[in-house]
Amino acid sequence: MEGILANVLNGLSWGMLLFLIAVGLTTVFGVMGVLNFAHGSLFMLGAYLAMQCMRWFGSFWLGLLIGPPIVAALAVLIERFLLRPLYGRDVSFQLLLTFGVMLFLDDGVRLIWGAAYHVVNPPQILSGVIPFFSQSYPVYRIFLVVLGPLIGAGLWAFFAFTRWGKILRAAAMDRQMAEIVGVRVPVMFTAVFAFGAWLAALGGALAAPHQSVGPAMGEYIIIESFIVVVIGGMGSFPGAFVGALILGLLNSFATTFAPDLQMALPYILLAIVLLARPRGLFGEEA
Amino acid sequence: MKILPRFPLIPGLVLFGALISAPFILSIYWVMILTEILTMGLFAMSFNLLFGYTGLLSFGQAGFFGAGAYCAVLTLLHGPASLWAALAAGFLGAALLALPIGWLCVRRDEIYFAILTLGFGMMLFTVAHNWRSVTGGSDGLGNFTLPKLDLFGWSISLFNPRHFYFLVLLIAAAGALLLLRVVRSPFGLLLRGTRENSNRVSFVGANVRSVRLFAFVVSGALAGLAGALFALFNRIASPEMLHWAFSGKAVLMTILGGSGVFLGPAVGAAIFFVLEHSITAYTTNWMIFLGMILIVLVLVFPKGVLGSAVDFIDRFRKGGGR
Repeated sequence: MEGILANVLNGLSWGMLLFLIAVGLTTVFGVMGVLNFAHGSLFMLGAYLAMQCMRWFGSFWLGLLIGPPIVAALAVLIERFLLRPLYGRDVSFQLLLTFGVMLFLDDGVRLIWGAAYHVVNPPQILSGVIPFFSQSYPVYRIFLVVLGPLIGAGLWAFFAFTRWGKILRAAAMDRQMAEIVGVRVPVMFTAVFAFGAWLAALGGALAAPHQSVGPAMGEYIIIESFIVVVIGGMGSFPGAFVGALILGLLNSFATTFAPDLQMALPYILLAIVLLARPRGLFGEEA
Repeated sequence: MKILPRFPLIPGLVLFGALISAPFILSIYWVMILTEILTMGLFAMSFNLLFGYTGLLSFGQAGFFGAGAYCAVLTLLHGPASLWAALAAGFLGAALLALPIGWLCVRRDEIYFAILTLGFGMMLFTVAHNWRSVTGGSDGLGNFTLPKLDLFGWSISLFNPRHFYFLVLLIAAAGALLLLRVVRSPFGLLLRGTRENSNRVSFVGANVRSVRLFAFVVSGALAGLAGALFALFNRIASPEMLHWAFSGKAVLMTILGGSGVFLGPAVGAAIFFVLEHSITAYTTNWMIFLGMILIVLVLVFPKGVLGSAVDFIDRFRKGGGR
């Protein structure tokens, strides 16, 4: 029983990080129609910047505050100067461009911080373990499990109630119509891309104490978040949440009960969902 | 747009002649690099049958490349010690895998196709990585003896890199001819039709899915053949050969050379290796340069090096140099 509960908590904490990345990925896709290969690299950049802030200022919270806006500023440049010329062109070329950005960022990180893995300690209040039945459980993971739904609820409120959220949803539904009623779509595209990058970097900064920080973390998580987004339905906000939870739990349970299959299971799930329900669990059938 | 531009026969023959005479001129080192270029060129051309001609961006092509590699090595380890059997196993094994996977993937196109192929490719990667008893896990599968090549009664040792080069040249040329046959047939026209407008192709009565499936299987089989050559040349089949980063190489080479020209991907493979060797001489961070090159190509030269060159020559001929 306690093994199962530990699995649930592990799955939820990993799922929450996945959610932070997937929600940006899915919003960018929903509004702009761009599938961003470099999204995982922005996540990784967030983790590295948080680590650097820890080294310079000794504060995890400062890293959480400073890192993501820097990454968002970088994303503004990427959208404005690299992606924008490609909107009229074939979708494949947008995918290829972000693939190039990914190669650049992944190796750039290796150039600056080296290929080694780094360990980031959680802040004082969140370090250590708490008693958990007969064993113990890291506080930081519980923090993630609590934080995830809070951020999710905040995002949901943003999309449901604020003026900006409504504009975004309207543009995702019908880009042309939004333009006709006076939404400045190009500005909004830049903002959405930057917002997605900010969320990814926030996820990266939060992930830094959860796992080790290394140059392969972006490549690993981008595939997982592609799967989350497709399973949940591309462009769907609740889909990203549910998809991330499913994949997180699947990962942690499979590690315990079917370690040989653990690596393959996400792909099997992806294939089943895409073939049985091509638009994903929460996507609308076109 | 011209429907079927004339195939430049004379440049093609000159190229083939140059490739045949190359090992008599070049050092062993460059002969080995040329061998790799031809292998990867065949791989990239197999990818371009899907991307350039059918309009389907596959990110799982390495799955078939690696499957071909493992099939070839497994044949040598457990089956007849024949080179032809190993190559045939690579070709057929990849084709057999591509059939069910392609049947599932061609139901979707654009981004969904890219993600589905990525997913299936990675599924094959996890099989190679985790099925230790058969594939040797992350260490890969080596330790096989390279049999002699039986050709018209001769028995040729392949331990000489120049001999191996000629084998690869033969196979790559055969693969390229098969691809040329496919893309220049009426079927090839149909493929391009599905790329331009798949609805119209259905309206005139063609089954878009079967057309795409056929292209998928041919492409997978040739990728498998290239993978078999790669494994025999490097004496190992390893899981990285199935990873999506490896699929990315085929994508990069194709964009580099040009997806709209038949030999574009092969030229891209050559440029890729030459760049890699000249850049890694100075820095280990060659991926940064690769990323920048890809970004510039996509933004400014989407037709690739060979595609832009062909365009330039055409304009020069017609416009009198303007």
